Amino acid sequence: MTGLTHLTMAAALDGLAKKEFTAVELTEAHVKAVETIRPLNAFITETPEQALAMAKASDARRAKGEAGPMEGLPIAVKDLFCTKGVLTTAASHILDGFKPEYESTVTSNLWRDGAVMLGKVNLDEFAMGSANITSHHGNVISPWSPGEVGNWSRQIVPGGSSGGSAAAVAARAALGATGTDTGGSIRQPAAFTGIVGIKPTYGRCSRWGVVAFASSLDQAGPMTRTVEDAAIMLRSMCGFDPKDSTSVDMAVPDFRAALTGDIRGLKVGIPKEYRVEGMPAEIAAIWDQGIEWLKQAGAEPVEISLPHTKYALATYYIVAPAEASSNLARYDGLRYGLRVEGASLKDMYENTRGAGFGKEVRRRILIGTYVLSAGYYDAYYNKARQVRTRIKWDFDEAFKQCDVILTPTAPSTAFAIGEKMDDPIQMYLNDVFTVPASLAGLPGMSVPAGVGSDGLPLGLQLLGRPFDEETVLRVGQVIEKAAAVTATPPFMA
Amino acid sequence: MSYIQGETGDWEIVIGLEVHAQVISNAKLFSGAATAFGAEPNSQVSFVDAAFPGMLPVINEHCIEQAVRTGLGLKAQINLHSVFDRKNYFYADLPQGYQISQFQQPIVGKGEIVLDLPDGSSRTVGVTRLHLEQDAGKSLHDQHPAKTYIDLNRSGVALMEIVSEPDMRTAEEAGAYVRKLRSILRYLGTCDGNMEEGSMRCDVNVSVRKPGAPFGTRCEIKNVNSIRFVMQAIEYEARRQIEIIEEGGKIDQETRLWDTTKFVTRSMRSKEEAHDYRYFPDPDLLPLELDAEWVEDIKKTLPELPDDKKARFISEYKLSPYDANVLVSEKARADFYEAVAKGRDPKLAANWVTGELFGYLNKAGKEIEESPVSAENLGGLIDLIADNTISGRIAKEVFEAMFETGERPADIVEKKGLRQVTDTGAIESSIDAVLAANADKVAEFRSGKDKLFGFFVGQVMKATQGKANPALVNEILMAKLKG
Repeated sequence: MTGLTHLTMAAALDGLAKKEFTAVELTEAHVKAVETIRPLNAFITETPEQALAMAKASDARRAKGEAGPMEGLPIAVKDLFCTKGVLTTAASHILDGFKPEYESTVTSNLWRDGAVMLGKVNLDEFAMGSANITSHHGNVISPWSPGEVGNWSRQIVPGGSSGGSAAAVAARAALGATGTDTGGSIRQPAAFTGIVGIKPTYGRCSRWGVVAFASSLDQAGPMTRTVEDAAIMLRSMCGFDPKDSTSVDMAVPDFRAALTGDIRGLKVGIPKEYRVEGMPAEIAAIWDQGIEWLKQAGAEPVEISLPHTKYALATYYIVAPAEASSNLARYDGLRYGLRVEGASLKDMYENTRGAGFGKEVRRRILIGTYVLSAGYYDAYYNKARQVRTRIKWDFDEAFKQCDVILTPTAPSTAFAIGEKMDDPIQMYLNDVFTVPASLAGLPGMSVPAGVGSDGLPLGLQLLGRPFDEETVLRVGQVIEKAAAVTATPPFMA
Repeated sequence: MSYIQGETGDWEIVIGLEVHAQVISNAKLFSGAATAFGAEPNSQVSFVDAAFPGMLPVINEHCIEQAVRTGLGLKAQINLHSVFDRKNYFYADLPQGYQISQFQQPIVGKGEIVLDLPDGSSRTVGVTRLHLEQDAGKSLHDQHPAKTYIDLNRSGVALMEIVSEPDMRTAEEAGAYVRKLRSILRYLGTCDGNMEEGSMRCDVNVSVRKPGAPFGTRCEIKNVNSIRFVMQAIEYEARRQIEIIEEGGKIDQETRLWDTTKFVTRSMRSKEEAHDYRYFPDPDLLPLELDAEWVEDIKKTLPELPDDKKARFISEYKLSPYDANVLVSEKARADFYEAVAKGRDPKLAANWVTGELFGYLNKAGKEIEESPVSAENLGGLIDLIADNTISGRIAKEVFEAMFETGERPADIVEKKGLRQVTDTGAIESSIDAVLAANADKVAEFRSGKDKLFGFFVGQVMKATQGKANPALVNEILMAKLKG
């Protein structure tokens, strides 16, 4: 059946419920789509047999009247989630051949609710990157790249680190995908590929079984083509997990029920510090447009101040590498993954880690090691922790005046591979709007809002109070409907 | 104060100890894996302990309770807010590449330990802190000519690091400190104190100074695993340092090892080579917040600790501080003693327990728990003395048999026919026979050689195979000699 891969999750659930098609048919269409989009290099591992087996089991459950909330929906899994018996790479050479004996809590939750796994999708190595150009398994190409498939005139990046997830969902090879967001890794690629991506409040999704980048920031979330789909998938991913000490023991709301469209009287904060110098005109324009849409829907824009915004990026690029330098110490060639022998233990470490980690990962390990070193700890890491607290306070203050905050997701549309690559700082600037909410642990979502002059998608970001994903989703859907973006990627399955 | 005599005069040793005590717990500090000693290598390892990708630590509440219990036992401050940090370094038996420990905000703050010194005096040593941390695995270098094998059974096991103030001045004090700490931990049931199995290990900090001078530069001797070695290492290290200083050299701050075959300390790494551990709060764990009431509840369940028990033994049983010390040093000993002393003469009980019993146990290399003589039977033996069934001398013979066979004293007395003779007629005829056979000595006695009385007693006891009641023998013999 054609057209199945262009459905939303909500429509697919409908079709499955009405027996218009089976989970096996839906999955077969997606397995084929995964093959079709291979030129994008979105998948590291395709699992068609597992997908079909899961689909079959799903149809059986549905026949018995035991359909779960995501019953029969084929999705892609970012290759940072450990999946039992299936290669898990974190897009790094150092995890060569690693097949976990365990399944991450988030993916377990998804399978519990009936979802079907199509495969493991590409990402920046250890989720470190904003363009999906640091993967050991090659760059991911955005389906928005202009020109002939495989012979594009510009190879547009899908954003990162969840670039494979974004490309697969945008190119209609999966109804949704899991992402992880440490400083914007769900929201920025969602914006770059014209899809929806939400990072819930830190603690909503268990980190158990997710390869760690920066533990105090890492948070899983869904990437889908509509806000409603994000609500469906988020509900399945969330939930308290006693195996993660930072997981929060709170009931998971029915996020879909929050999508009432009614935002009358809601106060929408517009942070003045986000009007950064040199912001492209079309970014400023789409932001203004967003404010206008929300006003028309009955919300009230209020100017707010987040005074420590300008320190957020620097803070993030101290805290995240510091944690990463320690989290990645376990990749030592001793117990799993790559080992490059050496004459001594030290040589083996150096050979293994030198060969196993790519340039960006090595850079961040060095930065992190440096900022935690004796004599530098107070000036860097400790100071960054203090600033992080201030940034959190900024948001606490702001949310006394507003219910949700609206900003652009990224400072530009997607760029092409080769651009912004000489200077890592230039690349880090991509995260300028997403990082503050990560540091504060707040829920944040990117929603497609339009298309730039280059024909590439533009996203708007909504930030909410801790554990108030419902308002974020509700307001997001209002923007989604008002924007009514019809543009689609030139290359779709 | 005892000083070491050097070429240039007296020197004082300054000693501080860091004791790593393995927490008694069925599960590890941050994983559910088991902790039994001596299991097959790598059979007690979870994915968390082996640091697989995506694995996360979850605090074992029982280990926290054990640390708090220990803190309370050391009369220390319990910190209701504490933080777990990562101590980063690479080693083959440290799978995470960091040890989860507590650095700036430990769970237990300042406390104290009272040392019981051999001369019966006491001395208080400050405890700086107690913190919880994970143990590393074990590197086995002797299994293969070129390879090292790793056993991760111990990886993640909970340790308490108990740090003392630099309050000790002699090797004996350091030994007394470790003994007392071990005793308290055993009383509390928080560490088995078994140094041979590695469940208690010491890092010893030693420096020397002229009396009254500021602290000298210290060296740390790592991982000393017996009290004897602790004391030997201190003696050696102090003399080494004094020699260097007296020859015009200076002490380099460094980490050293105790060589258990050559009886010397050897340099392990200098200050320059010291690790930069890059401590930072573990982002996988939230700060540990304890409830004051929960701590109070634990306090209520603390057993009577050695110091209190000692004081009670002295006041209740009128024991000497020395005997009280010997008895309370191990809870099992104290319990044994109290079972023997119950309803009996406490001093007599103490003499039998610390004298005969401990002597025999010591010779046999046995612990009190393995004693063939039960408290009930030793009590029974004392009862036989008290009711004149046997004499004290015969009792020692009975005790020897009890220790060999584990039998009840009454049975042994019966079987061997050791019951004391209290029949005055029988004793009288024995005495008459002895006096008749030694008429010359009787004459000497009567002419004033009093000392011969002992000879007659001995002869009578010999004739009765020791079974005659000594008091009766004395009484009748005296009457007859004087008569």
